[in-house]
Amino acid sequence: MSNGQLLLLALLLPFAGSALAAFLPTHARNAAGFMAGAIAVAGCGLIVLMYGSVAHGEPVRLVLEWLPMLGINVSLRLDGLAWLFALLIFGIGALVVLYARYYMSAEDPVPRFFSFLLAFMGAMLGVVLSGNLVQIVFFWELTSLFSFLLIGYWHHTAAARDGARMALTVTGAGGLCLLVGVLLIGRIVGSYELDEVLNAGGLIRSSPLYVPVVVLVLLGAFTKSAQFPFHFWLPHAMAAPTPVSAYLHSATMVKAGIFLMTRLWPVLAGTDTWFYLVVPAGLITLLVGAYSAIFQQDLKGLLAYSTISHLGLITLLLGLGSPLSAVAAIFHTVNHAIFKASLFMAAGIIDHETGTRDLRKLSGLFRYMPFTATLAMVAAAAMAGTPLLNGFLSKEMFFAEAVENHTGSLLDDSLPYWATLAGIFSVTYSLRFITGVFFGPPPTDLPRMPHEPPHWMRFPIEFLVLICLLIGIVPSYTVGPLLANAARAVIGPDLPYYSLAIWHGLTWALVMSIIAMIGGVALFLGLRTYLDSGVEGPPLVRELKGQRIFERMLVVISWQLARTLERALGSRRLQPQLRIVVVVALLAAVSPLWLRGMVADGTLPLTAFDPAFALLWAVGAGCAIAAAWQAKFHRFAALVLLGGAGLVSSITFAWLSAPDLALTQLLVEMVTTVLLLLGLRWLPKRIEETYPTSPPPSVLVRRYADLAIATFVGIGIAIISYAMMTRPLGESVSRYFVERAYIGGGGTNVVNVILVDFRGFDTLGEVVVLCLVGLTVYALLRRFRPALESIEAPEQQRLQDEYDEAAPDRTPGDTVADYLWIPRLVMQWLFPVIATFAVYLFMRGHDLPGGGFAAGITLSIAFIVQYMAAGTRWVEDHLRVLPLRWMGFGLLIAGATGAGSWWFGYPFLTTHARYLDWPIVGKFPVASALMFDLGIFAVVVGATVLMLVALAHQSLRRTRSSRTAEGD
Amino acid sequence: MEIVLAIGIGVFAGSGVWLLLRPRTYQVIIGLSLISYAVNLFIFSMGRLKVGAPPILPGPGVGDPATMADPTPQALVLTAIVIGFAMTALFLVLLLAARGLTGTDHVNGRED
Repeated sequence: MSNGQLLLLALLLPFAGSALAAFLPTHARNAAGFMAGAIAVAGCGLIVLMYGSVAHGEPVRLVLEWLPMLGINVSLRLDGLAWLFALLIFGIGALVVLYARYYMSAEDPVPRFFSFLLAFMGAMLGVVLSGNLVQIVFFWELTSLFSFLLIGYWHHTAAARDGARMALTVTGAGGLCLLVGVLLIGRIVGSYELDEVLNAGGLIRSSPLYVPVVVLVLLGAFTKSAQFPFHFWLPHAMAAPTPVSAYLHSATMVKAGIFLMTRLWPVLAGTDTWFYLVVPAGLITLLVGAYSAIFQQDLKGLLAYSTISHLGLITLLLGLGSPLSAVAAIFHTVNHAIFKASLFMAAGIIDHETGTRDLRKLSGLFRYMPFTATLAMVAAAAMAGTPLLNGFLSKEMFFAEAVENHTGSLLDDSLPYWATLAGIFSVTYSLRFITGVFFGPPPTDLPRMPHEPPHWMRFPIEFLVLICLLIGIVPSYTVGPLLANAARAVIGPDLPYYSLAIWHGLTWALVMSIIAMIGGVALFLGLRTYLDSGVEGPPLVRELKGQRIFERMLVVISWQLARTLERALGSRRLQPQLRIVVVVALLAAVSPLWLRGMVADGTLPLTAFDPAFALLWAVGAGCAIAAAWQAKFHRFAALVLLGGAGLVSSITFAWLSAPDLALTQLLVEMVTTVLLLLGLRWLPKRIEETYPTSPPPSVLVRRYADLAIATFVGIGIAIISYAMMTRPLGESVSRYFVERAYIGGGGTNVVNVILVDFRGFDTLGEVVVLCLVGLTVYALLRRFRPALESIEAPEQQRLQDEYDEAAPDRTPGDTVADYLWIPRLVMQWLFPVIATFAVYLFMRGHDLPGGGFAAGITLSIAFIVQYMAAGTRWVEDHLRVLPLRWMGFGLLIAGATGAGSWWFGYPFLTTHARYLDWPIVGKFPVASALMFDLGIFAVVVGATVLMLVALAHQSLRRTRSSRTAEGD
Repeated sequence: MEIVLAIGIGVFAGSGVWLLLRPRTYQVIIGLSLISYAVNLFIFSMGRLKVGAPPILPGPGVGDPATMADPTPQALVLTAIVIGFAMTALFLVLLLAARGLTGTDHVNGRED
């Protein structure tokens, strides 16, 4: 395997593991942990394997084409910086997995935890390894998503849900800004590939879009890295299980923002815009974070604010824009990841073993867990920047950079003082952490008796603290080359001079360190009484809570604003909505006529006027208007009138050379009427007039307005129809259809050939719709609960039954059974006739009017007639219709016919046609389209019968249920 | 003929829209049916009107589009008629179910 493929493997491993872990049994804690650990260690190995090529200064690349025309590829790229981050992600990931195996309780669904954790690991790796900006944003948003799942892992607690939601909202919104920024960069550079973007620094900095780009990219980075004023989500993310905090807030998640700023540092940094945007944000974050950390009562809260502060420090360094500060930023990123991960794990152990994280309750734990205490103290000392530990080195570099002159502004000149102040704060909160937890009198009211944790739970901390010491004591033999590789990836092959030594002589940086140490201890001693009083939160800014502002904003935007808009623009009532739809459609249709002038007359010669046609339409129009008039109080009459209107349109089709349409319309008219007749029984009785005398003015106004709308729509459609009909028809696809209908499709009925051959795919879609509607109707009716007043038997039936009961020689039901004997017999005998007619329609469909649709409806009418003649029970005793089978069979045939053409190497639904001489029948067309038409036929039969029978069955079900009710 | 059909389509559509805006579900169903007639006829008329020239080839061979009505709108309308039936069925069942749930056949789901 090439290095590029290894890289892809390293990226895919965590995702594969995540998918696998998701399918493990809920309590497979060990299996999931073992697998996650193995993946992290294997990933580490892969990354280490690639050290050789990265150290030579040539990034490992892999490009797989994805959307090459848009310049978007799946592109992986591993240079020194990415290598360092990838190592941290896998390395600390492996330690976190080991830790989590002991931390997570056996009652939790641990495989899910590891599934999320691995997915998050993969997303984070994606950010680091992507060689394409769009891809970075994609993985960036994935980290937001999976961190949401991780923070909200204990979703039964409100704090976890709120924290997760807040983190997702803030970082997700930032991600959107970043996406826009990245798109702008792509527009400036003409490519999203990182290699090209990194070479186009001058182009981007001189572009007029530079400021928007910087602002948008920084919004993404600042939200992710919890920079002021977006820092507030981070402390709330502490509701996550501690292994998650240890991972998210040391090596990953928040470091994604830092990574992005470092990645784009060569392109974006070095200008005044960059300096004045990044440095103040970093500085404020550094100071506010450190200041707030001092006053936290929650152990993890203290660490969270200290994380914010350290992120501010790194951001500040990146903002300074000098190569040396970039080196310092990378160095501190690594150091912070190492000591902060170990501190979070230590805090987790304390929480795990004592049952609390409250600094007011914890004290004197040294005597119970001396080993853990020692480790935590070393890590905290690293956080405070004590010599011989890694934190000291990067902090010295930071101090040295603060003293350096960058822009000569007031902000730049005052940096050393702020830096020292931040140093003092960090010493203070580190001291507070140590003395508060491990020293002092023995704890009194702890939920659990504290003791040392299992050895393997402590092992990650031991390992990380060892690295702290190694880096702190022999930096040039440990982190030196890695740092140099990473720095070269950012600032180019010529590194500025820096020395990773502990002792640089008496420099300003050392003086500041000493002041910070002494000042920090003094401040801690001075604040001791105040801190012991147990007040929560930092003084002065206690009331100013980012979370409150955030939640207030959320309420305003997502609740109040939405409600106001809904009240102003929306309605739950259907009538106004439909009115708006119709009026908007009307206006949209009228406006072009208004703008372009209205000319209805076209040039096409009119067809000869026929008075009979006019008479026909006088009847049709009368039916339609009368139906509109009667539909409220005389439903049955309206139904008959509707049938009249349908009949008129059927005759019109026949008149105007559309025999297929006329036939289908006529048949559909029959089933529609039967359907609505079946429905009438379940509608409420004739409504009493709501307004006995005369309706109130508001109702009248509404009615007249509706009448006006309806009139305008009618006139408008009439004008448009006339305008269209009198204009010559341009060349259309119809020519092709007519010319090729026989020679290509083997049929003379062009409409049918279009349906089953030329546009067969459309038809397939339509019969699928038909099936879906049929199934929906069926499903809705299975759970049908009729309105209460419709449940009892209809009046006519009651009268009949009363009559039957009154007569001594009759039993209830006899009247219905005796009804219409001769027509019933005729109808029963009609079944074979109609069925034969259906077959006839079907067979001739390809050449003459007919076809699958018409034949299908005809056969369903044959079934319905049986139901009407003999009643549901009789029919189902004698005939098994099985409409669902018909539908399934039809779809199967239609689909198989279409797929059959693949067999011969043609596209889906290619048809084959030929004529065969059949015995008796004679010359008869056999096209594969006929099979397709057979499918349509079966689906239409099945769906139509299913709908009608399902509705007809309702009356039967009612009597059955009321019968059982009587039986009880 | 054109003017007659155009007015006819207009009347169908106007009656349909009036019913569409009425409060009772049954009215809305009848209205939708009328609108679907109007729309089917409208689409059909886009092929222009021809009397006595159905789109059926006289015999084997290459057809001549000039001698017959436009088959494309007819093919479109044919499936639309069948789907229209299905939609009517669906709406009918929906209104019956809605009435069972809300206790009213008012389109707003409550009497007001």
